[in-house]
Amino acid sequence: MQLYLPIAEVSVNAFLILGLGGIVGFLSGMFGVGGGFLITPLLFFIGVPPAVAVATGANQVVASSISGVLAQLKRKGVDFHMGGVLLVGGVVGSAIGVWVFRLMTAAGQVDLFVQLSYVVFLGLIGAMMLQESLRSLLRTRKPGAPVRRSHVHSWVHGLPLKMKFRASGLYISVIPPLLIGAAVGFLAAIMGVGGGFIMVPAMIYLLGMPTKVVIGTSLFQIIFVTAFTTVMHAVTSQTVDMLLALILILGGVVGAQIGTRVGVRLKAEQLRILLSLLVLAVSVRIAVDLLIRPDELYSVAPGVLP
Amino acid sequence: MIRALLALLCLAAPALAQETIVSGLSQNRVSITADFDGSEILIYGAVKRDTPPPEGGPLEVIVTVEGPSTPVTVRRKARVAGIWVNTDAVVVDSAPSFYAVATTGPLRHILSDTENLRHGITIERVIRAVGITAEAERSGEFLLALLRVRSNEDRYRLLEGRVELTEDTLFRADVVLPANLTEGEYKVRLFLLRDKRVIASQERLIGVRKEGLERFIFNLAQERPLIYGLLSLLMAAIAGWGAAAAFRLVRA
Repeated sequence: MQLYLPIAEVSVNAFLILGLGGIVGFLSGMFGVGGGFLITPLLFFIGVPPAVAVATGANQVVASSISGVLAQLKRKGVDFHMGGVLLVGGVVGSAIGVWVFRLMTAAGQVDLFVQLSYVVFLGLIGAMMLQESLRSLLRTRKPGAPVRRSHVHSWVHGLPLKMKFRASGLYISVIPPLLIGAAVGFLAAIMGVGGGFIMVPAMIYLLGMPTKVVIGTSLFQIIFVTAFTTVMHAVTSQTVDMLLALILILGGVVGAQIGTRVGVRLKAEQLRILLSLLVLAVSVRIAVDLLIRPDELYSVAPGVLP
Repeated sequence: MIRALLALLCLAAPALAQETIVSGLSQNRVSITADFDGSEILIYGAVKRDTPPPEGGPLEVIVTVEGPSTPVTVRRKARVAGIWVNTDAVVVDSAPSFYAVATTGPLRHILSDTENLRHGITIERVIRAVGITAEAERSGEFLLALLRVRSNEDRYRLLEGRVELTEDTLFRADVVLPANLTEGEYKVRLFLLRDKRVIASQERLIGVRKEGLERFIFNLAQERPLIYGLLSLLMAAIAGWGAAAAFRLVRA
């Protein structure tokens, strides 16, 4: 069934979009990532203009994150205190990111900048996660190996402004979560994603949060970051396509529910290995685009240079 | 006096033409609705004569359909430090979003270069690119690239031999408008030619507009962006919550 999108001004197959939304929603529910880093390149691929793809992708992530958070709430998997602190940092970081984005647009290299940040950050984080989870998987296979303590005291625990995060079982300073939130918000604004793929490993490895609350808390924070992004895009460039978002969402919310349930059945290490492989795959795909000579060296865009 | 007479003669010239066009369109408006998947337009007509057909070459017909024009930026990639980066860019002042030329025969056999230049018939003559030579080296390649890219997207088409001409009088052409149409006025031009010269021409308009839900969403996004953005969020929230609730019901 062909459907004409009013803002994107292209005709697309409704079932294809429904399927894309479903797949991304499934992954998002399983890993606790918003799925923005998947949905945006996929929309490019089916011919949606990049600006519309970024803005509409953000809108879709709002819905799948809400659906995911509600599923996590039942399992008491959301730490609202931690989510709130991360969010405060996130808004500040996002505002800085939007400003840098505007500078890069003025310099005329925003596409390259976005692609490079995808390659660098996805590649870096994917590789780190893969290495770490493979190591812990090997450790569990060998029963005699020393057990890694869940609470290792480091310089992080010496910082002031300590706060109790009951759901995470942590008593730490609010400074690290604020900084992590800001860093993720910054990257989210530049890359047009929710930032879950950075947030999840940062919570696990930097804050030492238990895996049980990581996914729910990440999704909780993503709702607000992407909601902010959606409204910003709608107001500044009118690039949110409601019809496209609605179909993506219909597929996505169902996928997210199924994904969350599958995610519960998998072991944390397996989940991390799968997520890291997915992140690495996207990173390599974009890197290949940059390295291989394109078939068509020229591109045509309506409008004049900014 | 002589000048006035000449002017009068020029004004009267079209009326003196022996052959004129009477034409019609299968539709003079195209509505883009949610299920819009392209549209076919039939352009038909007849050659009206008061006298027997003149001596000379055979009658030929050219039909062009032109979508709204916008400025476009054409960028070229080059390898910088191992990666492919947009390095040069050229701004073309005006290029149509859609352009189709349908003819009764091969263009170079039925149309002379001067007539093409005068009437702006082929796509190369329609695109306006003034002063691009200053913007990048080998700027002509940017124009060729624009034609190539848009031809591959089916936006620019050359349909040689696709105008049917019956007994030098009746003609018809079918032009398919693609699904990725841009809103606006589409200009249809019809040309009669003999001996590579245009002897009559006519212009008609087709209005392409979004209708219904498409119109509503588009207008809301343009005119009330904040409300539109918040509405999109509300829709996302309801859909997210609805799916969670539905799944809870299914499991219970």
